Amino acid sequence: MNAHSNIAVIDLDDTDLTAANQSLQSKNGTEQNAHMRVVNPRGSHALAVGIDAPVDIEIDGNTGYFCAGMNKAARITVKGNAGQAVAENMMSGEVRVTGDASQAAGATAHGGLLVIEGNAGSRCGISLKGADIVVGGDIGHMSCFMAQAGRVVVLGDAGDALGDSLYETRIYVRGKVKSLGADCVEKEMRDEHRGELAELLQTAGFGDADPKEFRRYGSARNLYNFNIDNVGAY
Amino acid sequence: MNEISKIQPKEAFEWGLRESHGFDKGVIHEIQRAAETGIYRIRGFGAKREVPTFDDLVFLGASISRYALEGYRERCDTSVTLGTRYAKKPIELAIPVTIAGMSFGSLSANAKEALGRGASQMGTSTTTGDGGMTPEEREHSTQLVYQYLPSRYGMNPDDLRKADAIEIVVGQGAKPGGGGMLLGQKITERVGQMRTLPVGIDQRSACRHPDWTGPDDLAIKIRELREITSWEKPIYIKCGAARPYYDTMLAVKAGADVVVIDGMQGGTAATQDVFIEHVGLPTLAAVRMAVEALDELNMRGKVQLIVSGGIRSGADVAKAMAMGADAVAIGTAALIAIGDNDPKWEKEYREIGSGAGYWEDYQAGNDPAGISTQDPELSSRLDPALAGRKLANYLSVLTLEAQTLARANGKSDLRNLEPEDMAAMTVEAAAMAGVPLAGTSWIPGVDTAAR
Ligand SMILES: Cc1cc2nc3c(=O)[nH]c(=O)nc-3n(C[C@H](O)[C@H](O)[C@H](O)COP(=O)(O)O)c2cc1C
Repeated sequence: MNAHSNIAVIDLDDTDLTAANQSLQSKNGTEQNAHMRVVNPRGSHALAVGIDAPVDIEIDGNTGYFCAGMNKAARITVKGNAGQAVAENMMSGEVRVTGDASQAAGATAHGGLLVIEGNAGSRCGISLKGADIVVGGDIGHMSCFMAQAGRVVVLGDAGDALGDSLYETRIYVRGKVKSLGADCVEKEMRDEHRGELAELLQTAGFGDADPKEFRRYGSARNLYNFNIDNVGAY
Repeated sequence: MNEISKIQPKEAFEWGLRESHGFDKGVIHEIQRAAETGIYRIRGFGAKREVPTFDDLVFLGASISRYALEGYRERCDTSVTLGTRYAKKPIELAIPVTIAGMSFGSLSANAKEALGRGASQMGTSTTTGDGGMTPEEREHSTQLVYQYLPSRYGMNPDDLRKADAIEIVVGQGAKPGGGGMLLGQKITERVGQMRTLPVGIDQRSACRHPDWTGPDDLAIKIRELREITSWEKPIYIKCGAARPYYDTMLAVKAGADVVVIDGMQGGTAATQDVFIEHVGLPTLAAVRMAVEALDELNMRGKVQLIVSGGIRSGADVAKAMAMGADAVAIGTAALIAIGDNDPKWEKEYREIGSGAGYWEDYQAGNDPAGISTQDPELSSRLDPALAGRKLANYLSVLTLEAQTLARANGKSDLRNLEPEDMAAMTVEAAAMAGVPLAGTSWIPGVDTAAR
């Protein structure tokens, strides 16, 4: 028996989306592991969503909107590019995109790790609620808008208005930041930050990046309570 | 001042004063308040201005050509099924009055429990809100609709699967285009934790969904939610009454099972007064526009329509249904039924600068009735079992009233009420509702001769 013989292969050329998702969700609610492979995704939307088991899923090709949406526990790899809002509202587990991701990657995600090896579009980590996101390349404008918790690491550059109306998410950027959004400021990198960053880089597979090259951004917390003197920022 | 006016009594002097229509005392007070504080006015409740409502319609009743049904003896069905289009498990309601989405956070846990108890006793549904699902409301609601809001506070796939239906909130009538607002005192430890927010901040939720915009994206979002919940749950789309005709069309095309249209009178926990009073269409106009869209798509009865915003009585329920709604939702009236604005708290309402019946100045969370608050002492004033009983009583009255009107029009089912059973009392209402002005066959804007 070769190593691949117990990998279930789902071919989207001859399986409809709902049937494919049902197979991918077949271990939901259990602690069972399984290894599944999806071929010919051809940009399908809502693929591998709502999974709730520690399974390994490999998607060979590009995916559409909301791939791995609301993921719990599963390790999902997209070998290709991912469309809008990959891993939206993820709760736990790990989602990895080997190519680029479109806008709103990791939107509202509560937990788990999202790794994008290429670039991410605008609004990466919008309304983030506790997950970690590591991007190998650049991120687009309005990223981390209203992000509430969790950490975002960017090895490349960040676009305009990074961290606008930010709450408690910590953002680490190695490259240039085009501009900061309202209430987002650069903050001191202390040992604890270098420590958590090193760990995140390691887990995400970017262990050779040097945490000392990153800057940290966070909320100035000036907009937490309504104050007339801040009216220009609203 | 001349001699004569000096000797007139004070009252007679005041009779000679003329208040400005444009700058009335309320307007003057608001300018003074704005100048004093520099902050816009935020309040709860819906629009307080006068707008055309269901009160501007009357039922015609029975006559020689339409015979009435016996009250108490002949059946008049009230049940309604929602979500028959795609959902494997549609929602079956015994009465066509549901409880609208109101967040835990804006309301106390006891208030949420009371709503669940009252609705369940009457066989109808209740709805979560901008703050996630609490165990209290899940446990006490036989049918619970889970809101999917722009903020996504507390959103998770487990609660999604625990729900009986999912309501994607695009907007609400009090503020179409505005996000939620929850002021500092209400973000207690528990509320903050559920929303992943620091305690004590003034929360302003997002007004747009973070991961989709527009009708094409919405169709994919609906598909995603169905894939996650095995196509079991009805999916509602809730819109404020901005462009009800187009919004209904787009919601249907995107794959909704149920469309919810919330008129401008719709209540809110806290919103800018300027938003409440100046954005959105009255419920009366919105229902007609939504029904027109369903008719045009040939989707009446396939996609159900829920209407909310200012529903107070069985007459409102019956009229909304006669215009084409399958059910209505209530917010403000439900809160009043469980004890909000009760005159027994008058003294305390006065102390916070309000008064029972005004719904002013307790949006920040010091509601003496223990409903719109997170203060443990205040909320302990509300007995959820008793309050739930009151809500059930009120829902029962709404239903009996609606049945009374339906029987008077010869209908053995509330859903059989129709626009032809009504006349409008004003030209405005005739135009908005598409019902002829009383005593005429005239519907402004409609060529009735060509019908
Ligand atoms: C206290 C309170 C809280 C509300 N919270 C929400 C909410 O979280 N989400 C939502 O879609 N609508 C919310 N609404 C609006 C209601 O769902 C509903 O649209 C409105 O109350 C209907 O109008 P009515 O109050 O005249 O019955 C809230 C309303 C009130 C009064």
